Amino acid sequence: MTETGIDLVKDETPATPGTPLLEVRDLQVEFHTREGVAKAVNGVSYSVEAGETLAVLGESGSGKSVTAQAIMGILDMPPGRIAGGEILFQGQDLLAMTEAQRRKIRGNKIAMIFQDALSSLNPVLSVGYQLGEMFRVHKGASRKEAKARAVELMDRVRIPAAKDRVNDYPHQFSGGMRQRIMIAMALALEPDLIIADEPTTALDVTVQAQVMDLLAELQQEYRMGLILITHDLGVVADVADRIAVMYAGRIVERGDVREIYRTPAHPYTKGLLDSIPRLDQKGSDLYAIRGLPPTLTSLPAGCSFSPRCDRAREICVTERPLPVTVLDAEGAPVPGRSSACHFWKETLHG
Amino acid sequence: MPDQNLTGTRSTAPVAEVAQAEAGPPPGKPRSLWSDAWSDLRRKPSFLIAGAMILVLIIIAAFPSLFTSASPREADLQGAFLRSPELTKFFSPEWFGYDSQGRSVYARVIYGTRASIVIGVSVTVIVLFLGSLVGMIAGYFGGWVDAVVSRIVDTFMGIPFLLGAMVILVSFDVRGKLVITLALAVLGWTTIARVMRGSVISVKQADYVQAARSLGAGTWRILLRHVLPNAMAPVIVVAMVALGGYISAEATLSYLGIGLADPAMSWGSDINTGKDQIRVALHVLIFPSIMLSGTILAFLMMGDAVRDALDPKLR
Amino acid sequence: MADTTREPILEVRNLVKHFPLTQGIVFRRQVGAVRAVDDISFTLYPGETLGIVGESGCGKSTVAKLLMNLERATAGEIFYKGDDISKLSGRALKAVRRNIQMVFQDPYTSLNPRMTVGDIIGEPFDIHPEAAPKGDKQARVRELLDVVGLNPEYINRYPHQFSGGQRQRIGIARGLALNPEIIICDEPVSALDVSVQAQVINLMEKLQDEFGLSYLFIAHDLSIVRHISDRVGVMYLGKMVEIGSDTAIYDHPTHPYTQALLSAVPLPDPDAREGRERIILTGDVPSPANPPSGCRFRTRCWKAQDRCAEELPLLAVPQRYADADTAVAHDSACHFAEEKPQVTHA
Repeated sequence: MTETGIDLVKDETPATPGTPLLEVRDLQVEFHTREGVAKAVNGVSYSVEAGETLAVLGESGSGKSVTAQAIMGILDMPPGRIAGGEILFQGQDLLAMTEAQRRKIRGNKIAMIFQDALSSLNPVLSVGYQLGEMFRVHKGASRKEAKARAVELMDRVRIPAAKDRVNDYPHQFSGGMRQRIMIAMALALEPDLIIADEPTTALDVTVQAQVMDLLAELQQEYRMGLILITHDLGVVADVADRIAVMYAGRIVERGDVREIYRTPAHPYTKGLLDSIPRLDQKGSDLYAIRGLPPTLTSLPAGCSFSPRCDRAREICVTERPLPVTVLDAEGAPVPGRSSACHFWKETLHG
Repeated sequence: MPDQNLTGTRSTAPVAEVAQAEAGPPPGKPRSLWSDAWSDLRRKPSFLIAGAMILVLIIIAAFPSLFTSASPREADLQGAFLRSPELTKFFSPEWFGYDSQGRSVYARVIYGTRASIVIGVSVTVIVLFLGSLVGMIAGYFGGWVDAVVSRIVDTFMGIPFLLGAMVILVSFDVRGKLVITLALAVLGWTTIARVMRGSVISVKQADYVQAARSLGAGTWRILLRHVLPNAMAPVIVVAMVALGGYISAEATLSYLGIGLADPAMSWGSDINTGKDQIRVALHVLIFPSIMLSGTILAFLMMGDAVRDALDPKLR
Repeated sequence: MADTTREPILEVRNLVKHFPLTQGIVFRRQVGAVRAVDDISFTLYPGETLGIVGESGCGKSTVAKLLMNLERATAGEIFYKGDDISKLSGRALKAVRRNIQMVFQDPYTSLNPRMTVGDIIGEPFDIHPEAAPKGDKQARVRELLDVVGLNPEYINRYPHQFSGGQRQRIGIARGLALNPEIIICDEPVSALDVSVQAQVINLMEKLQDEFGLSYLFIAHDLSIVRHISDRVGVMYLGKMVEIGSDTAIYDHPTHPYTQALLSAVPLPDPDAREGRERIILTGDVPSPANPPSGCRFRTRCWKAQDRCAEELPLLAVPQRYADADTAVAHDSACHFAEEKPQVTHA
């Protein structure tokens, strides 16, 4: 229980003056399943500043998307349940708000982009109508005004011939174009924070590059905070400023993207980076992390990664490692960098 | 920092495990999807209640004499004409009172069960077999076979169920259980055929069917081992819900006087006779009605519970 | 390693697959065709891995289905050890099928959920009794489970009790059961988590060495294809646009599409972010029902000229590199094929 206390004292960087745009503190989300209570998110803390991109990296079941759903307030409850923690948006706790208050923030201040644009858009309404709806509902714009704003937005995300296509339906657009419409929708009310959950996973490589570029550019322009949830190490390296690596509902490592890629301080991060083949070099055997992620209903007592870890010792099985600030070669703390591993030093340096 | 001695068994274990790279044991025993569904159902109150009710109904239908000593045909016009029920005399002939011919309503309710259950179950079995076969052929082979079969199904679907049954039944002089069963089955199989066709179409595109084809498996093997077991679930649910409908259809036809009639016993025909004395002796009408509704409810509840248990989204 | 001096084990010549677009239910009439695969040729040599890359809709999965005879080719031939198998049916087809097996993309849908793992892996023996082991079939199934790194005790489990990676191992075991020579892998790891992908890739490489398998490895992930392939073919809108050794394609691409594709792949290296020149293609892939005339890539190509719309570029070694003796001299279907050195990654 004291974990957060320690975590925050040791880990939060004093480098940021004032309150961050969004701060998640010790969030816990449970799911009630046939096999028992699954701890999908188990004490996650992270923060995002305006104009910054935080990548939350993790595999399926790591809790990265559940955290995002909790922030958006779109978690299915039940079976889900927020068992503890705080989500501070511009200093206010979202979890303490009424549904009416949250609805004002959702879409208006925090917007989300989903992986599957086709199923996120209503197939029986035209794209222009759906984009315009944002203005009608939140800003009380007239029909005509709303349509004009919709065309403007479509231009903004570089949909060719926006004026002619505003009355088209979602299925008439290609996958890449639909994802642009999703981005336009998220941008409509100029939110302060965008959460993108695997925004390019369903897209082809060449289209993925277009969409990612667009997103990064618009983010800079509007100085929004961006939480990028993904499993793709390449995408993270391309756009993120900081990353948080999640495993089995916990953040195992976080810090500056360059530092983590260069010198990972957690065996899981290191294993992930070693296990992807490189486009620019032909390796021999791939390093493979052995075994499987644990079942969330029966997490190991110690470090969740210990059954798959080459470095695991007895202490890893018995004692759960808390996130500690990583020190550089001279022994000075690296701001914003932490690792939840008993042997982070060995991982970092050897 | 850890002592090297601490490494113990833990540090050597991984080396041995490398070969069995991913052999993390799946939890528990072998569980098929059916057994998963069963373990789900066993914990469901609605399933348990419906199951118990259906079990009792089946026993009543098979051995009515176990439940009453009275004969449903023994009439005592002088002593028992429309006598009121004696609700405290459980299981005795006078429990539900007597009808206008002095027959025990309780005995008639018990003996009437058989007609409902037998007709309901046999229509369902025939419909399930016929509909599944036709639906499977149409869905799997597609093309012109599907086009022809679907039009036939549409034609049958266009006939109103009860009206169609009435038209068929009035053309028979003697209308026994068999005739009613066949009449209902002829009109009912299309629902199952449609559901099966849709289900087969979605299953046949599954990768495991492609995999079997690429292994060189023949049509029958693919149909029976891969398509049918996976396409069955929605059909079973629809059939269970339909069973209640067939029981109600039989009762309706008997009530209208074109189903079972004396001397055969059916809740529907008893409700028909009971309606004439509705002001003076409500009990003659009410008890067969309660039995009928209860029976239909039991099968609907069962269908609902099974639907939830087989729903893959909850897996 | 591949021995390209030997006879090819599989040769595809001018393969075409058009899916008719029809209207009407009982009386159908054709109103057009989706040209999913349009005149493709390649060879696969014993023991080698040929990677096929391309974006969705390029026809790479249709190629797999044609090779497996799950779809009938509209035109063209498929030679297995010199015999055309594209027109076979019945018993002769079944015999060939023993030697060509497939591993499917989605391990969640490619295993029959109502069958036990033992039944799934043993099914090939039921279908091909002549290839079944004499005596104990169960023992052979257990052996196969062991080969793919699964505990043989799990023979009576059902697929849904396993994770994605384990299921893909089951799919691979089924593919191995009949001792095939060729395995066609259609996106075999794209549905798996990153940490599990490496395990399955390593397993596939191990099995290739152990059993001398030839792989046709179809994927959209260029990094994985480079890792596992000896040669690579790049597809765009039903055409093969470039094919060559992995070094030729990845380090010396001469087709603009390949160059754009490679430059768009995000590298897992934040330091490479600024140093790389990226070609961001505009627009989307055109519909295969109505492909552009001439070169199909011309609508998105920065090099396109009038000639590209009129004349279909052939897949051949470009003129300018005809005499070159390096990896740059490989087949590329572009009128203006040229290496673009700054594109290949730093």
